[in-house]
Amino acid sequence: MPELPLSPPSQQRPDATRLESDRSTAMGPIIDFAPDVSCLDVERLSLSYDGKMALRDLSLRVPRHRVTAFIGPSGCGKSTLLRALNRLHDLNEAVSRQGSIRLEGQEIHAPEVAVDELRRRVGMVFQAPNPFPMSIYENVAFGLRLQGGLTRRRMSDIVEWALEAAALWSEVKDRLRASAWSLSIGQQQRLVIARTLAVRPEVLLLDEPASALDPISTLKIEELIRSLKSQLTVVLVTHNMQQAARVSDYTAFLHDGELVEYAPTASLFTNPRLARTENYITGRMA
Amino acid sequence: MSLAAVTGFRTWQPRGEGPWAWLAAGSVALSLLLLAGLLTLIAVRGLGHFWPASVSLVELDDGQVFAGRAVRELPLPAADGAGGARERLYFTGNRDLDGHVWQWVAVARITASELPRELVVLERSRHGDFIGRLVEVVTAGQQGTSVGEGGRGGGDGGGTATWTTLQERLSAVDALRAERDELQQRVIPPLVRRLENDPGDRATQRRLAETNERIRGLQESMQTDAAVLESVDGRRIVLTLDEVLRSWRPNAMSLPEKLGAWGRGVGRFLSEGPRAANTAGGVWPAIFGTVLMVMLMSLLVAPFGVLAAVYLNEVAHQGRLTNWVRIAVRNLAGVPSIVYGVFGLGVFVYGIGGSIDEWFFSDELPSPTFGTGGLLWASLTLALLTLPVVIVATEEGLVRIPDHQREGALALGATRLEMLTRVVLPMAVPAMLTGMILAVARAAGEVAPLMLVGVAKLAPQVPMDGEFPFLHLERKFMHLGYHVYDTAFHGDDIQAAMPVVYATALLLVLVVVVLNLTAIFLRHYVRARHGALSRH
Repeated sequence: MPELPLSPPSQQRPDATRLESDRSTAMGPIIDFAPDVSCLDVERLSLSYDGKMALRDLSLRVPRHRVTAFIGPSGCGKSTLLRALNRLHDLNEAVSRQGSIRLEGQEIHAPEVAVDELRRRVGMVFQAPNPFPMSIYENVAFGLRLQGGLTRRRMSDIVEWALEAAALWSEVKDRLRASAWSLSIGQQQRLVIARTLAVRPEVLLLDEPASALDPISTLKIEELIRSLKSQLTVVLVTHNMQQAARVSDYTAFLHDGELVEYAPTASLFTNPRLARTENYITGRMA
Repeated sequence: MSLAAVTGFRTWQPRGEGPWAWLAAGSVALSLLLLAGLLTLIAVRGLGHFWPASVSLVELDDGQVFAGRAVRELPLPAADGAGGARERLYFTGNRDLDGHVWQWVAVARITASELPRELVVLERSRHGDFIGRLVEVVTAGQQGTSVGEGGRGGGDGGGTATWTTLQERLSAVDALRAERDELQQRVIPPLVRRLENDPGDRATQRRLAETNERIRGLQESMQTDAAVLESVDGRRIVLTLDEVLRSWRPNAMSLPEKLGAWGRGVGRFLSEGPRAANTAGGVWPAIFGTVLMVMLMSLLVAPFGVLAAVYLNEVAHQGRLTNWVRIAVRNLAGVPSIVYGVFGLGVFVYGIGGSIDEWFFSDELPSPTFGTGGLLWASLTLALLTLPVVIVATEEGLVRIPDHQREGALALGATRLEMLTRVVLPMAVPAMLTGMILAVARAAGEVAPLMLVGVAKLAPQVPMDGEFPFLHLERKFMHLGYHVYDTAFHGDDIQAAMPVVYATALLLVLVVVVLNLTAIFLRHYVRARHGALSRH
């Protein structure tokens, strides 16, 4: 992956040796990270839809420049948690929230935080590819145009960089003016990732990004995720446990709106501490 | 192997589907047939009006002779004679000589009917058409060529020289008339208006007097020449050439000539103003008024409708109140149009228009400027009438846009306004255009409310000209739909007016079709720009 042509924020890499200290709770083993390696810090978050609890008193820390996967059965709250991280729930009047989320130490619900600025720092890619009805180029430039103040040349440099970063450049470089909807579904999903990367987010939230894709496109997306973590923090929601095992460094198992177990991926899949986790990853729980 | 399998077509009988499929297909066929019949009727009747039909010289058994164009034939009532007897209607013209222009004749009474080449038809500015023979053309005191009675026998000698002279003279008169009309319509009105503002302006007074003198001069030169005409039964009239609008010898015309004359007739119908209480002449002001009114209506209704739909679908809390508003909007589409006309008259014309007059045009009161029906109020009333259609169509388009498109924009750091203007609204453009298509189709055909808020029987000046402010929103205007109504019911001679009614109705249909096609092509273009919208 080419280097970002802009100065990336100098951030400390998580130091693997000193971050794993078990914080044993009633729920189970939950790894913790030192504040200086934690990028997102969720603390006692509760969320309800129309009075129905979706997340219960949930706390976890997401390490910087790592891939963290949220797994769990449908309706366990993993997508809800992901959407809370860039305040997409703000749109929905039925959602009420308690608890706090900090991005690089700053509370994202603080009144001085502009929500559009927050979403620029915390990019998100959805389950179904959602390119806008514009050209490929305009899709990637969309977020840049919102920010404004870029010369035409700089903009096309960034678009090229983002498409390269999303491993799409070689496939679309000759038809940047073509409609984004003319791409295959797999290409569309990479385009959406490129579009998100173009605004240079610090965190990338991926909500089952490969669930609508064929196996080959899925493989490409997984390679892409692994390559991205050198530059940003990735949070991945997936119902595909092999995928979580393949791409993530840490995995959190959620059930019924609660965080059940959170551990380095290898240890969670090979040696789950709790029976509930084991049941889920061995397929005994839907 | 069955035929269907070979050809790839379905067999003609829908298998196992019973009679309901035939019933459904039959209704479609019937609707199409009715539609085609309607269009064919108005097209044939309307376009036939411009055809230079042959004129027969008819002799009856009692020795009576007349010339006329056969219009239609009906069976006589059985009591009147033996079965199979028919009577025929002729258009004979010459209202000034006969006092009537139509004549019913029993077919059995006709002893001879021929088509002499020398018969002429003149369309006159007074008394309608003349049908008869051209005797001579008199030019400012001197004798012109004359056609002898021998012309009756047919042959090419039938007054061709006189006819050529007449055509030359007429084209000279047409040039003079064009110059006069130009002066009257383009030069005089600004001068008069300048004098109204400054009655003491000597230079303008002098120019006005000079122009009026010029017009009088032109009028006199138009009247120097005259044609001596004779009806087929021998009565003569003298007609100064300024009264002749069009002239033709239908029996001497070849098919291409007739086609040419037909084309010119259609052209004049489209480009000229009406004459003779709207039963003759063209409909240009009505076409212009209809199109302009519909365009203004579109400009007014589009922003309001779209904003209302955006509010209902994107901004408002989706609760019971919003649903009630939605139901109310949908029901507004069912309110009879005359009710909107009453509303427009009360609120726009008397209310708002009256206030505008009091505030800005008080020196012209009591004669109203905006306090009477006009283009602006008519457009506003129709915009109100079509607002529900636009709102409903736009809202349906907005609902169809998947939420992940909105979230995608927000996730890139767009504000709600940016999301709306850059992603949601562009995606809803085809739906908005669908709304506009429906609105235009409804508005262009609407007549009832217009009668209350600004349509005029005769407004020869179109509401747009070279004079500031170019678009005259306060002026009354003509409308094709109202023209149809007015011509059909308010003329003296329904028989003469009917072809104009058909032609105008055909034109109204065409105008609506053209306006709709414009919007449909626009929608197609917008959709094509981003490929298959249906994929999402």
